[in-house]
Amino acid sequence: MQIDLRTVAIQPQRQAFDHLVRRFGDKAASRYQEGSYDIQAAENLHYRPTWDPDHQLYDASLTRIVMADWYALKDPRQFYYSTYTLTRARQQETAEANFSFVESRGLADMLSDELRAVALNVLVPLRHAAWGANQNNTSVCGYGYGVIFTQPCMYHAMDNLGIAQYLSRLGLLLGDTEALDAGKKAWLDDVTWQPLRRYVEDCLACRDPFELFVAQNLALDGLLYPLVYERIVDEHLSVRGASAVAMLTQFMSDWFDETRKWVDAVIKVAAAESDANRAVLTEWIRQWSARAASAMVPVVELALGSAADEAVGEQLEAFKARVLKTGITL
Amino acid sequence: MSTVFIALQANEETRPIIEAIEIDNPQAIVHRQPAMVKIDAQGRLVIRRATIEEQLGRDFDLQEIHINLISLTGHVVEDDETLTLSWND
Amino acid sequence: MDMKVAKKKLGLKDKYKLMTRDLGWEPSYHSKDELYPYMNYEGIKIHDWDKWEDPFRLTMDAYWKYQAEKERKFYAIIDAHAQNNGHLNLTDARYLSALKIFLQAISPGEYAAHRGFARVGREFPGVGPQVACQMQAIDEIRHAQTQIHAMSNYNRYYNGFHAFADQRDRIWYTSVARSFFDDSMSAGPFEFMIAIGFSFEYVLTNLLFVPFMSGAAYNGDMATVTFGFSAQSDEARHMTLGLEVIKFILEQDPDNLPIVQNWIDKWFWRGFRVLGLVSTMMDYMLPKRVMSWREAWDIYGVENGGALFKDLARYGIKPPKGWDDAEKAIDHMSHQFMLGLYQWSFGTSFHSWIPSDADMDWLAGKYPDTFDKHYRPRWKHIKKLAAAGTPFKNYGLARLCQTCQLPSVFTEPDDPTLTCHRETVYKGEKYQFCSDGCQHIFENEPEKYIQAWLPMPQLFQDPIKGDLGEWMKWVSLLDGKDNGDYAGSEDQKNFEAWRGLATTNQ
Repeated sequence: MQIDLRTVAIQPQRQAFDHLVRRFGDKAASRYQEGSYDIQAAENLHYRPTWDPDHQLYDASLTRIVMADWYALKDPRQFYYSTYTLTRARQQETAEANFSFVESRGLADMLSDELRAVALNVLVPLRHAAWGANQNNTSVCGYGYGVIFTQPCMYHAMDNLGIAQYLSRLGLLLGDTEALDAGKKAWLDDVTWQPLRRYVEDCLACRDPFELFVAQNLALDGLLYPLVYERIVDEHLSVRGASAVAMLTQFMSDWFDETRKWVDAVIKVAAAESDANRAVLTEWIRQWSARAASAMVPVVELALGSAADEAVGEQLEAFKARVLKTGITL
Repeated sequence: MSTVFIALQANEETRPIIEAIEIDNPQAIVHRQPAMVKIDAQGRLVIRRATIEEQLGRDFDLQEIHINLISLTGHVVEDDETLTLSWND
Repeated sequence: MDMKVAKKKLGLKDKYKLMTRDLGWEPSYHSKDELYPYMNYEGIKIHDWDKWEDPFRLTMDAYWKYQAEKERKFYAIIDAHAQNNGHLNLTDARYLSALKIFLQAISPGEYAAHRGFARVGREFPGVGPQVACQMQAIDEIRHAQTQIHAMSNYNRYYNGFHAFADQRDRIWYTSVARSFFDDSMSAGPFEFMIAIGFSFEYVLTNLLFVPFMSGAAYNGDMATVTFGFSAQSDEARHMTLGLEVIKFILEQDPDNLPIVQNWIDKWFWRGFRVLGLVSTMMDYMLPKRVMSWREAWDIYGVENGGALFKDLARYGIKPPKGWDDAEKAIDHMSHQFMLGLYQWSFGTSFHSWIPSDADMDWLAGKYPDTFDKHYRPRWKHIKKLAAAGTPFKNYGLARLCQTCQLPSVFTEPDDPTLTCHRETVYKGEKYQFCSDGCQHIFENEPEKYIQAWLPMPQLFQDPIKGDLGEWMKWVSLLDGKDNGDYAGSEDQKNFEAWRGLATTNQ
């Protein structure tokens, strides 16, 4: 029997799930709310981890940051899996179009040897840094507390992997597999890259999920992305005729613009929670950003030469201004 | 020999894929169930990109199969041209 | 000079290698043990992570592209389902009991798997397995969310769904599924992979999803069909990962075999107990049935599981220890579960019911050796009590198994007239079990399982102190709405009234 069900007007029994009504009142919930709030087990956890018997399976005390409610750290983009994936799918379409435009027009072959070398020397080793970022965000997702905080870190981790892969494709396009080999060698042995590699490895050793979030997503990326993708690619290289490179890194530029709003929102709410949190965050941001800035100097030198110190200095000032808006004075 | 299988959603997109599987695996048995098509084969099942493209009349990337895949068994070997399921026994 | 050099044409495999494992490097500012500290304590020996064979080779751009397509389809269908009162297409609203159990017990498991895979996706010191685990981590949160979103509309019209987040942590029967996932997450990374990646995904999820989703299709539940099949398309990748993991571990060192075999024995039995409820869903809860639990077991358990273990025999792997006991339980378990659910239905956030005569004839046909002999007489007795106005309720506390947390409703493998019950004394305390399998699991790791949170003793602690009404409040169970017999329930009355509106002009 086929019946026309649309004509039936019936009263719903309730608007939303109980836990969402308690949080947001008796009204229909958004899909972000349904997919994010309180879906991590919170009580009566059964067993202590055999790999860390001093803690619970989900344990807010793994970090020095203390929140009365970890679900306060809302993602302004309100990403749940679907909105996240659809957004990235659109961006990857653009990236794909950009790669094939550069390829089909032979734009890569039109680059001067000098600019091509700069692009390869700066960008290709960064695929390893992006892989470090992937592991760090995976770690924050794994050990952080509360879905609102951990969920976007998983998306961020997959973005980091995507960026590592776009950088690999860029290397292949501009310099074939030899470029990837050379980039890896530089990352491992070249003095230029050692401060940055040490920074990334120190992050991998960090087991406080919130500190790791600060070190990777705020301090390092907050300097690296504007320095590399704005100053070096969009300004230095494009002005000299290598705008093809900017096409190949458009994903990274757009991505940084989008994700920094989320990072700032998280820091702002955590800092506003208590003076103790603000003090811990200030200490972390100060330490990690100072290290990140000095690690970036030799990398920026690859493109800007003696102007690198000044560029990094300016970027650090801009970074401090950004952090100030989250309520933290460095 | 053990049976391997692949199950796909029953829809317009999978029709040419299923036809291609039938062409390349004459020994396979196709079970049509509500919303699902399950294809069993003794020991080995091979899915060829070229055969799907012939049915479809356009280029096809074998990874597109993920969109409508429900389940499978056996060891998976995947390259640009084929996706093979098999048991070693 | 022409600098243009023909680019090497890279095949899928080589390209994927450059896009994943070539990204990794040997750390030198910290030791590998410091950065990947959980690799040794389980005793698994890995000599060369590069021997890892990638299962499906999806780079992130392809992942986003294909997953987005799946998501668009999924939400288009559930939006239409909500806008068009799709719930009135159900064969009958009692079917929803299966979905209520799913949302309270299985969807939280998807979330737990998400976190578990994020952890192993960080802890393995090889890029290949890390990336595969991370993709599974992001897929698993997708599954939790698509399930909640698909069932959200049912929650607006039917009871029993509204408190799934509270009930996940508090109500007695969800403890079965949650203890399973907590058990896997509290294990080391290799055991987690054998538990979830191999035993659960490879050996058992076909049994959960494929018949469940076909059942949904048979019963007019397009929302569930859609999330189910959409999730399964990811499961195919996860299963391949599970199989790759076990081959990789076994090929790395012969000393790994006994450890892995022990985990397979353990996790097969844990998984078999958790998924046991699917048997009841298939045999009792679907108004229109697809196939019996026995038939599903023969296809997805005996045939596929058999092929798998025949294949793994070359590594020295034997079928799981509990396999024969499982086979002996197949013709009994759905009946034993449903009888249990019916007598404790005052304490469940879903309905159960007495099967009709026609249902019982179907069951007798599917279970010719067991149903008429052991279970029809019990249902007849229960039916008589209900007709006399004294429905059968068991207000006694169920004795829960310390390992699987199910009430002891199962019988001895070789004697269906005798309830199976095992006991172990550990450090002066007595612990109860439902089976040899669960007792062995406890005895291998008693220090773990004595920590289990058991929902029944909680009844006697603050704030409940043995008061059933207080307990219902604590688990957010609305007496007379969420629980009890489907016959006479609000769900039944509403569904029939709404269907009436759709088919008449009143």
